[in-house]
Amino acid sequence: MAKDHAIVELQHVYQMYGRGERRFTAVQDVNLTVREGEFVVLLGPSGCGKSTLLRIITGLQSPSEGTVLYRGEPLRGVNPHATIVFQTFALFPWLTVLENVEVALKAKGVPAKLRVARALDWIDVVGLDGFEMAYPRELSGGMRQKVGFARAMAVEPELLCLDEPFSALDVLSAESLRGELLELWVGGKIPTKAILMVTHNIDEAVYLADRIVVMEKNPGRIVNELQIGLPHPRQRKSPEYLRIVDQVYALLVGQTQPEAIELGSAPGEPGRTRSLPAIRIGDLAGLLEHVAESAKPAHDVYVLKDELGVDDDYLFRLIDAAEMLGFGTVSQGDFIITPLGETFAAASILARKEIFATRISRIPIFRWLMGLLKAAEGNELEREVILRALELEFPPEEAERQLDIIIEWGRYAELLSYDDDREVIFLERAPAVKTAA
Amino acid sequence: MPASLGPPTGSPGLFTNVPASFPARSVPICTGVQPFHFLRREVSVTTRRRLFEFIRPERGLSFNDIVIILVIGVLVYVGARLALRAPAMVQGPTISLEPAVLPWYALRSVIRMLAAYLLSLVFSLVYGYIAAYNRRAERFMMPVLDVLQSVPILSFLPVVLLSLSAVLPERIATELASIVLIFTSQAWNMTFNWYQSLTTIPNELREASAIFRFNGWVRLKTLEFPFGAIGLIWNSMMSWAGGWFFLMAAEIFTVGQRDFRLPGLGAYLQEAANQGNVTAILWGIGTLVLVIVLLDQLVWRPLLVWADKFKLETVESDFPPRSWFYDLLQNSRLWKWWGAHVWAPFQEKLDEWMVRVWPAEQAPAPGRRTRPWLGYILAGIFGAALVYGVFRAGEMLLMVPGQQWGEIGLGVLATLLRVAISLIIALAWTLPVGVAIGTSPAVANLVQPIVQIVASVPATALFPVFLLFLTRIFGGLNVASVFLMLMGTQWYVLFNVIAGASAIPQDLKYTSALLQLSRWERWRLLILPALFPYLITGAITASGGAWNASIVAEHVEFAGRTLSTTGIGALIARATAAGDYPLLLAATLSMIVTVVLINRVLWHRLYQVAQERFRME
Repeated sequence: MAKDHAIVELQHVYQMYGRGERRFTAVQDVNLTVREGEFVVLLGPSGCGKSTLLRIITGLQSPSEGTVLYRGEPLRGVNPHATIVFQTFALFPWLTVLENVEVALKAKGVPAKLRVARALDWIDVVGLDGFEMAYPRELSGGMRQKVGFARAMAVEPELLCLDEPFSALDVLSAESLRGELLELWVGGKIPTKAILMVTHNIDEAVYLADRIVVMEKNPGRIVNELQIGLPHPRQRKSPEYLRIVDQVYALLVGQTQPEAIELGSAPGEPGRTRSLPAIRIGDLAGLLEHVAESAKPAHDVYVLKDELGVDDDYLFRLIDAAEMLGFGTVSQGDFIITPLGETFAAASILARKEIFATRISRIPIFRWLMGLLKAAEGNELEREVILRALELEFPPEEAERQLDIIIEWGRYAELLSYDDDREVIFLERAPAVKTAA
Repeated sequence: MPASLGPPTGSPGLFTNVPASFPARSVPICTGVQPFHFLRREVSVTTRRRLFEFIRPERGLSFNDIVIILVIGVLVYVGARLALRAPAMVQGPTISLEPAVLPWYALRSVIRMLAAYLLSLVFSLVYGYIAAYNRRAERFMMPVLDVLQSVPILSFLPVVLLSLSAVLPERIATELASIVLIFTSQAWNMTFNWYQSLTTIPNELREASAIFRFNGWVRLKTLEFPFGAIGLIWNSMMSWAGGWFFLMAAEIFTVGQRDFRLPGLGAYLQEAANQGNVTAILWGIGTLVLVIVLLDQLVWRPLLVWADKFKLETVESDFPPRSWFYDLLQNSRLWKWWGAHVWAPFQEKLDEWMVRVWPAEQAPAPGRRTRPWLGYILAGIFGAALVYGVFRAGEMLLMVPGQQWGEIGLGVLATLLRVAISLIIALAWTLPVGVAIGTSPAVANLVQPIVQIVASVPATALFPVFLLFLTRIFGGLNVASVFLMLMGTQWYVLFNVIAGASAIPQDLKYTSALLQLSRWERWRLLILPALFPYLITGAITASGGAWNASIVAEHVEFAGRTLSTTGIGALIARATAAGDYPLLLAATLSMIVTVVLINRVLWHRLYQVAQERFRME
């Protein structure tokens, strides 16, 4: 066997998209080893390249640079010893439960009798007997994912990859499915040698993993690794468990940086242009109101998550926005509201807009756009023009998303406006000018 | 008959190529009774972008278009050159009007259709597959298809008939010409649809089939075919409807001394009209309707019911299609026995064998490079042939005297005017009627089956019959031909208006009632904007159909008389009769260029606007 029973090894893996000036790094210099008997979780915000890594490991995608070793051998093409359980189940809607499991075996050339027997066994293991002849559309989300597990397990993979398998499920089904997965895995009831899961749910990661690999975005990279030594089944209320959760939140939410770094630079200038977090402004106000109402000065982010009932990813984006706008700061896993944030939370609708407008005027990407618009004829620019400029800073789809966020924030602040018919962005004219015209 | 899922173009075929939904699956285009739930699969952003790459509606003619039109021009030229040797007189077989021959004639017509359909199916599957999986091929295969489907197919009929009869025995030439013609009317929409299915397969299902190492066969059977099946069936139905239209025309094409006809239903009807035999006309139409209804009941409906399980929807639909014949089959012992003892074991063996001989794809071996020089050589040969062809075609075109060019221009204008008038008449009556039907389910249930049967009769089959009456009433073909065009085209507008009206959301209807909008305001603010995408879709199809119909509507020979009027269709027919090949080439090309230009400049743009501004989401 290869050194210390490594199953998969990634060495200096990079994934790049686009070319020339518009070349972007999605995954940067990733080194990762998954060993036999390990349950590894890749944890990070959306867009950090964790799903890309999963596709590289299974051979669905080959990296731009770097090597993927499977049991010490370079991987070529789709890895026959690995399989994936998909976030959206990826069941064939026109096949029954049995046929969905069977087809994976059929593709391997397993003869009919053996195939049916094995498929039925696995359907039994995941607890779906009685539903063999049902179509996926007749099943609940949790049951569909069970079919996904049965199908993946039926091919008896050495490496089982889970791509956010519980995130499309309701809370209760997700919880029971997690328990059942642990039972199979810890109880040694499946032939799988290692599990690699991708998620952005911190609690889920701490509950399941032997090791958590923390990733960050822009560019996607590994920033930390954490060994979880707690025995299964883990007690969510135990102090050790909560300490680890707090620690992971602190890692992911980061520290508020000095303003220059927090705001980034304008497009075209040296330095990195910060991307604006995709949030609804009303939700940001909601977060600030919630925090302002309680007397505590600092809020554990993981507690906030439970109180607000949002998912980790979105909460991080809200906090990110609060930091950018100067409404809050983060330190060691705690969120602290600033006096400005409190003022915003207490303000009337119009006053909020005014505060928001002065704050976003400080963000370089807005300053840059306002400058462009002031210089432009008729104070307006075509969407396409701005998009092209943004595409030098962000990958195409991200550029589009950023422009939409800019427009939404700008509209809320009544600084700029957008005409969807003509696809033109223009400065919001002062009311005096409007009446004059 | 439902929608094509192809990108937008105007469409030539009357019943074919129902155009151009773009981005195809997001707007249900309804040309039949069925609400097309399956059309609402969302197109991913990437697919949309991919489609935009090669079809840029905002431009007039692109470089690609010009090359393709040149190629078509050269092909027409080759046809016209060959036609020089066509026999000056062609004697068609005698057509019997005995009702007893009808089953035999019907069978021959159906076999022609079947041959053309199978050809189209194979073509679509292969062409679509290559275009979907080979990005380099895709870049030129899809624009080619886009132009091909906006070319008025009937304008080719004379050239195809004449050139084939020059090189082949007459009977075979006529049979082949009819099959080629039907093929060109059937293939494009099916190809577009299949291509589109392949490119819109959800990514997660693709990844699942890759991770479980499906080989090409298992992937086709488990993923690609099921995903495309429903669209393919609907488009096949449409293609058949379109095929009838062209078969009727191809069976009874008569100009001057050349009488191309094939024993079949179309020829029967023509002959019956010639002799003014009303009983025979009724027998003929009755048989035609019967054949169409039988095919619908025994083939298409059961197929649709069977394919219902391929819907991507994750919930059960409220109105699954039904078929008595399918139920009957399902309950028959023989069918079950066949399924269990022959079909299933056969499939199992086939799958086993396919998995054994066809390994799952591995990653492409590194260092393997395609040979670009081969491509360059082929492109060079193609280019040289094209230049030579264009040169020769140009020579032939130069032989056309200026006065004839004037005639062509006048003809194009006259036909354009007729197309416009027929469209306006169609809109004028279908708007109120369609809205009345579409907004009231009770009326819809009553009227729709009738309308469907009436509309299922290909207009070309009725031409001779209508001529009998129309020329008497209006005196001239000039007016009568507008009505002939209208006959074939109005149904598409009507079906689309009905579909659009029934898709107006109830809450908007309530709102306009609560606001107490006047009748005019209601039409202006709600009904017309909501109908706009559907109207455009219907109008594109209708105008395509009208251009096609002009070939057979503007120049008619029957009962020993020749009726002709000013128009490009008449000019093409007259050139064929007179054996004036330069004129035939010039007129055919002018018509093609006109129609393609109108599609690009007018319809593409309107379609764009309809898609972007007036879509209900």
